[in-house]
Parts: sequence; structure tokens; C-alpha cells
Amino acid sequence: MSIFVRVGQGVLSAFESAGFAAILFVRTLSALRHAYARRDSIMEQFFRSGIMSLPVVLLVALFSGMVLALQSGIELRDFGVQEEIGAIVAGAMCREMGPIMTCITLAGLVGSAIAAEIGTMKVSDEIDALEVMSIDPVPFLIMPRFVALMVFAPVLTMIADLVGALGGAIVGQLQIGVSYQAYFSSARQALVMVDVYGGLFKSFVFGMLIAVVASAEGLRADHGAEGVGRATRSSVVISFILIIVFNYFLTSVIGCFY
Amino acid sequence: MIELIDVHKQFEGNKVLNGINLRIEDSETLVVLGGSGGGKSVMLRHIVGLYKPDKGQILVDGVDVAKTTGSDLATVRRRFGMCFQSGALINWMNVEDNVALPLRELSDLSDREIAEKTRETLALVSMEHAAKVMPSELSGGMKRRAALARAIIRNPQIILYDEPTSDLDPVMANHINELILDLKDKLNVTSVVVTHDMHSAYTVGDRIAMLYEGKIVQTGTPDEIKHTQNPLVRRFIDGDTSGLLAT
Repeated sequence: MSIFVRVGQGVLSAFESAGFAAILFVRTLSALRHAYARRDSIMEQFFRSGIMSLPVVLLVALFSGMVLALQSGIELRDFGVQEEIGAIVAGAMCREMGPIMTCITLAGLVGSAIAAEIGTMKVSDEIDALEVMSIDPVPFLIMPRFVALMVFAPVLTMIADLVGALGGAIVGQLQIGVSYQAYFSSARQALVMVDVYGGLFKSFVFGMLIAVVASAEGLRADHGAEGVGRATRSSVVISFILIIVFNYFLTSVIGCFY
Repeated sequence: MIELIDVHKQFEGNKVLNGINLRIEDSETLVVLGGSGGGKSVMLRHIVGLYKPDKGQILVDGVDVAKTTGSDLATVRRRFGMCFQSGALINWMNVEDNVALPLRELSDLSDREIAEKTRETLALVSMEHAAKVMPSELSGGMKRRAALARAIIRNPQIILYDEPTSDLDPVMANHINELILDLKDKLNVTSVVVTHDMHSAYTVGDRIAMLYEGKIVQTGTPDEIKHTQNPLVRRFIDGDTSGLLAT
């Protein structure tokens, strides 16, 4: 097979995947009207997607804040303005690091689990069985996972912002020589509400992206265990790429509100 | 009545169904025989609208399933029950919840009525003792019986069986055959059974159709098939390895 045919097939396949995911997104939004009737499933997904991810998100956020404080603190100390690390760490956590690190963690932890779970159901005919029973898999399976990620991505991001800032404060106090008071005072003066809301809005969008990508890849799984593995890997890779790309465009839009 | 008219389907250039013509009368049990990978399951999935044909019609009481989508397709599907080869039980629900699922999702029955109906249906397939067991803990035969219970709980008019006795020991295979016959008597359903198990075909079938290279090459009663002189069917029945049956 020539390289042109392979590239052509790859492009077509990418468009097909994107189209499938876009249709699934619209169907999932439409299925939100069943959210109250499926509150038990949604609560279960809140626990599985949100609460179970909390320890890893906390750890990632804490060390992200700490390394930010350390790197910027060492540089700022040379200029004698190390008190400003509060502003730098809090700003970076709320604007970028909080949403990005939290959602990349969610894509790896929750998105991969969703793709594997739905993919396994697909290759073992469970999805087909639902369809034959006239049970739509979108409100039954996808929508509760979508709602859980849509809600918990911003919630976890908010917690990550706080924990990251706290990690920065600890490093500031212990390694850079900036008191807690100076650190938080600098952070308070520099932060504006758009920083916080903008970051939360980003993670709200990323949460939806992760759920739709993972579900779409799971629903397109085929060829047994190998196909499930492929779907899981694709869901993580695509989610990572989309988070990074969408982050740029969302930042541009949020920039208009400053 | 189900009617397949000149149904064609290919996957990635590989012709799986190559002009199937088949008619299944109300209340009859039609067995579709054929080699492994010969398109029997693909044909079954076309009947219930899981696959759309490249060409041809699939009529269920005059409604073309191939051209039906959305809520119209859901309406047609409500007349069907389907037993998948793997059972296809929802892996995170126990047997009772799996069997009750169609009623919980699609009926207005109260929880008490659903529990009662689920108990009755599980008893029909001798699975009442395993109501709380998870699918991963079930044997192959129990999975098939649980799947059968789920398929019949909404009193379908048509039941599709995909390889109901494959991978089962002879005793369990006979038990499944008896269940298929029993359900036909009790529910008066139309059944389509896809299998390569000749004993099962002769036991449950009112008629048998032989699928070869994507086409129906012969249909007849079990007796007619037993004594057929059609070389393709003969080779399959006798397990003659010198033939060229698709495997």
C-alpha cells in the first residue's frame, strides 16, 4: 500500500472519529434531560470519577505548586523580589496549571477507565444487547459519565488551585524564605476573579471533552481485547492533545475579559 | 413474518452476505445452518437492525428494518428478544438486575411487579437460585439461560438465538434445546436459531436453511435436510473435510 493511500486513510479515519464524537456530544447534551431520572447512576459516577480521583489530583497539584514556587523563587531571589512568588504561583495555578494538570490527570485516570469499560461492553456485545432491547446507550451509559466529569473537573480544579497555592507557600517559607503572610498577600493582590473563573471554565470544557472522547473511543472499539487496548490508548492520547489545543483557544477567549 | 430479500453485505471488501433470500413464517422455528464465519450471525444482526445491508430489504411484517431508524426502529425492536452467543449480560449487574433491566427501562410497572415478573421469568429458565450472582461467576450455560430470561421478559413475538448451544457440554446443550422448544410452546413465538450444531438444528427446527458463501443454498424440514442430496449441505451434515465449505 502506497504512503499516499495510508495517509489518505489516516485522514479519513480521523475525520470519521471526529464526526462520530461530535454526533455523540450532541446526543449526550440531548440526553441531559434524563439526568434526574438517572440520578443514581450519576451519583455513582460522581464517586468513581470525582472522589476516587481526588488523592492523585491533590498529589499532582501539591507538587506542581511546590515546583513552581521553587523554580520562580530561585530566579526571583536573585533580583530580591522573592515575595512575588505568591502572585506567580497562585496566578499560574488558577490560570493554567490547575485546569491542565487536573484534567490531564482525569484523562489518564477516568477517561481511560471509561474507554476501557465501554470498549469491553462493545466487544462483548453488551452495547448491541442494549440497542436490541431498545435501551439507548447514550442516556444509559454515556450521559452519567459526562455529567460526572463536567461537574467534577471544575470542582477538582478548584481544590487543585488551593492545594497548589498551599504547596507553593510551604516551599516559599521553607526554601525561599518568604513568609506565609507575604506569600498570600502577594497572591491576593495579583489574582483577579477572571483568573479563577477562567480556569474553572477551561476545566468544565475539558471535562466534557474527556468524557466524549473516552466514550466515543470505547463505542468504536472492535476486535476483542486488542481493540479495547487501542481504544483506551487513543482516548488518553486524543484527550491530551485536545486539552492542550483547546487550552490555547480558550485562553485567547478568556483573555478578552481582562 | 420476516422476509429477507436479496440482502448483500460486505466488510472491507469481503462479501459476507451475497444475495440472501429467506422467509420466516409466524410461529415457526427456523434454524440457519452454516460454517463458522459464514455470515450467520451477521444475517441475524441485520434482522434486528444492528447492521444495515449494502443492498436488499429486511421486512418484519412489511416494515423494512434496513430503512428504519430512531424511534421507529426501537418500536420494531421491541417485538424482538435476542440471545447473543456470549450472553451479553451487563457485566456490572447481577442476574436479577440484568433480567429486570428491560422492564425497569421501558415499562411503567411498579418495582413490586417488576420483581414478581423477574422471579417468574427466572423460574422459566431454572435460574431463580442464581438471581444475585454476577455474570462473571456464571457458567456458559447459565449465562445463556440468564440471557434468554432477559430476552423473553417483555414477551417478544420473535426470538433470535445466536449459537445458543456452542461451547456447551451435551447435557447443557440439550437443556437449552428443551428451553427453546418449551418457550415456543408457552409463548407461541417465531424463532430464528443460528447454529452449526446439527443435533440442535434437528431438535428445535421446524425448518432448516443452509447458508453457504453468503447465500441460502437449501431450505427444508429437518427430515428433508437429513436426506438431502445437495452436495454442499451433505458435506456439512457429514462433516466431510474434502469439501470446500467456508470455515
